[in-house]
Amino acid sequence: MKFSRRKAIIGGIVGGGFLGVGFWFARERDRVGSRALFAPKSGEAGLNGWVKISRDNTVVVAVPRAEMGQGVQTALAMLVAEEMEARWDQVRVEEPPEDGVYRNLDILIDGLPFSPEEAGTVVDTAHWFAGKLGGVLGVNATGGSTSVRDAWIPMRTAGAVARDLLLRAASRKASIPVADLIAVDGEVRQRSGARVATFGDLVDSIGDLAVRPPPPLKKPSEFKLIGTSPSRIDVPAKVMGTATFGIDVRLPGLLYAAVLNAPTFGGAANGFKLKNGGLPKGIEKIVIVPGGIAAIGASWWRANKLLEEEVEVQWQAGPEPKLDSASLWKRYEQLLENGDPALTRTSGRESASGKRQTLTATYRAPYLAHTPMEPMNCTARVVEQGAGKRSVDVWMPNQSSTLMRFAAAKAADVPQSDVTVHTTFLGGGFGRRAEVDLVRQAVGCALAMPGRPVQLLWSREQDIRHDTYRPMALARWRADFDVSGPAPALVGVAKRQVAQSPTDQFPARVIGLPAQGKPEGNAVENPPYAFPFYRLDAIVADGSVPVGFWRSVGHSHTAFFDESFVDELALALVKDPLAFRRELLAGKPRHLKVLDTVAKEAGWGTPLPVGSGRGLALRASFGSIVAQVAEVAVADGKTFRVTRVTCAIDCGPVVNPAIVRAQMESGIIYGLSAALYGEITLADGAVEQGNFPDYDAVRLAEAPTMAVHLVDSGASAIGGVGEPGTPPIAPAVANAIFAATGKRLRSLPLRLG
Amino acid sequence: MISFIVNGQNRQADVEPEKPLLWVLREDLDIVGPKFGCGVAACGACTVHVDGQPVRSCSIAVSDVAGKSVITIEGLGDRNPGDKGLHAVQRAWIENQVPQCGYCQPGFIMAAAALLKAKPKPSDRDIDEALGNICRCGTYSAIRRAVHRAAAILGGAP
Repeated sequence: MKFSRRKAIIGGIVGGGFLGVGFWFARERDRVGSRALFAPKSGEAGLNGWVKISRDNTVVVAVPRAEMGQGVQTALAMLVAEEMEARWDQVRVEEPPEDGVYRNLDILIDGLPFSPEEAGTVVDTAHWFAGKLGGVLGVNATGGSTSVRDAWIPMRTAGAVARDLLLRAASRKASIPVADLIAVDGEVRQRSGARVATFGDLVDSIGDLAVRPPPPLKKPSEFKLIGTSPSRIDVPAKVMGTATFGIDVRLPGLLYAAVLNAPTFGGAANGFKLKNGGLPKGIEKIVIVPGGIAAIGASWWRANKLLEEEVEVQWQAGPEPKLDSASLWKRYEQLLENGDPALTRTSGRESASGKRQTLTATYRAPYLAHTPMEPMNCTARVVEQGAGKRSVDVWMPNQSSTLMRFAAAKAADVPQSDVTVHTTFLGGGFGRRAEVDLVRQAVGCALAMPGRPVQLLWSREQDIRHDTYRPMALARWRADFDVSGPAPALVGVAKRQVAQSPTDQFPARVIGLPAQGKPEGNAVENPPYAFPFYRLDAIVADGSVPVGFWRSVGHSHTAFFDESFVDELALALVKDPLAFRRELLAGKPRHLKVLDTVAKEAGWGTPLPVGSGRGLALRASFGSIVAQVAEVAVADGKTFRVTRVTCAIDCGPVVNPAIVRAQMESGIIYGLSAALYGEITLADGAVEQGNFPDYDAVRLAEAPTMAVHLVDSGASAIGGVGEPGTPPIAPAVANAIFAATGKRLRSLPLRLG
Repeated sequence: MISFIVNGQNRQADVEPEKPLLWVLREDLDIVGPKFGCGVAACGACTVHVDGQPVRSCSIAVSDVAGKSVITIEGLGDRNPGDKGLHAVQRAWIENQVPQCGYCQPGFIMAAAALLKAKPKPSDRDIDEALGNICRCGTYSAIRRAVHRAAAILGGAP
């Protein structure tokens, strides 16, 4: 697998010399951290970098990942609580400071712009990346469905280390040999069952006890909490309306800033003129910020109205001010024909004999915006400390505190150590909130208003028109059949695929890494099927449209291309789509089990009313395997409804089944919104859509009935769940529409008639 | 100066009369439960009750609520106390672990509470029609379950 290969390469280069040249890297079991790191407050005692206890018997777990709905606070706290033997109702979570032990190595491995084939590039890129970010390999980042995968060993280890410390503290306090003590339900007890102390009783007994190397972790059969669904930590505040999102940050002296971004990508504001003369009451300043112009004042609503109605801006156009979607598709069509592939992969053998027939099919996917429900925002404050020194605070719903700190430090021209990032709840992330454009603008505004916190917020229109989009993509699949015999036989398949590369653009945009010209890794993952011959040519398009990480990244379009074409192959071979996939997955028991589960639960092959159809799709992504069956009902040949979706996932060990189910439903709805409505188009260099009325999302009335089935194949490797639910839904629906109507839709969004 | 009642208290706001209620609540009265999502009454994240009716507060001028009673998510529980002062809808939301990112949930909860007041036993279709809000996390099936559960709680179920 690509993932483990990359991990091995990174592990190898790290072990082989990074330490020697001043790079720091923590192996999984060394990421425990010191007792002082996760700063204990009054009445608390730190046990290691991930956990502290307090006199009121609370267990505080460090969660360095952003809660954007995926349940990460709950899932990660469960890992610590399990090994520590804490009671779930005594656990709460807190954001730790920026430190190496909290950095997410898995996301770096997954996100770097190289292919697993290229060990040399891996070394160079990792080296470069680490150098830029302050000599530390890894970033504190939330994305790529990596949080639980990354934390699985380190946070359980931290829990076990904490338990060990508590047992020794209790032993010292009560003068009972450690061997006679056990931790159960947030207490230390004697093996006889007698209570020695609650965890909270031990706050003052830790003293100078040192953190010891971790004891062995529990076997899965010994888990009490992992594998259950305790109530989510974040739910009560979100139901009472007291959860603080970025937009809810309130600080003394707070000012608000609205923004107009340059209409064309890569443009900027050169100057501005107020239509009515001076600044209206309540507006403090208008400032030029990176990529646009901001109005700062006592009311965001008023500042935004000023920018939209009362200011004339001299815009400097970006490099492609005349760009439109039709000409872009033409450019991609030419690249599809003649472009040089940045990556070519083959497997199997091409055979030459026999009478041939060829099937080709061309598929399209448009640019997509993320539209998290909370519009993009960032609050920043710059305080002059005298002697030319400044400190910077940033309050922000963000997916990478490391990158936000890096960008804020650059923007304010201070060392990174003088920047503090406070991560709030995220009102959705989906990949958009890993970008640093907002923090650059907010710090720009804060510099103009020294000492005052400034909350910079984009309108929904700015969000949709200035996103980092899911790339538009074009693919042509080709299959060769041998038709010499009585039935056609598949000889081989080949795909050419054109798209921009977010993993190329992102490091360039965020930290200035030179573009590598490599395709985004998820977009070029091979389908799992054992084709007799397979060839992939991936062509990287350049262009000024910013592209970024959109939930499931390249899987979101490639799964549509691949799984639609597999259905087309089955049809050409006169085989059932399920049976055909099963044949090609004969050597892959985990995939087969997922497929068989979804087929059985969906009633594959059972009759449906006239005008209805079922479609199947499967995609392995982020370490998990997901298959979905969609049912559609076509009303009048022109409109259809997705009525029911059955989903099966094998993600290896399951930490919290309710969260896995919720993430599958979430991924399905997110992908369905894109499959039914999602399309960003360009005219005159600018995005044509601007708000939900023209960039819509699935609502309750269109939401299908969903059933999610967790498949246990006994695999020990843990997979991600935040993204893998998204890729299969578009092809499952397209395949269902074909089953219902005989009409093959090869372009997203899916439109009949 | 515009006067109205928010969560049972008399409040005044010295603002432009056309300023939307949402921004008066958030910027002038420090009530941040109602959320900004679209500004064009398309997503429902800003839903509050005005004289008992669900209203998208981003698209109603504050002058239009002068003298009226506004309830936000912060004041919902106090009106119909249930467990720990929560409204039945909030109780059902917690039981069903509805929220994911949670940003849209105050709007959904306010819309659901208004629906149940008007229709104590709503059908799925009633729910679809009354809750036309957007949730990008896709919590819809949990929302549907929670609305039925809240109806049961209000109907006397334990």
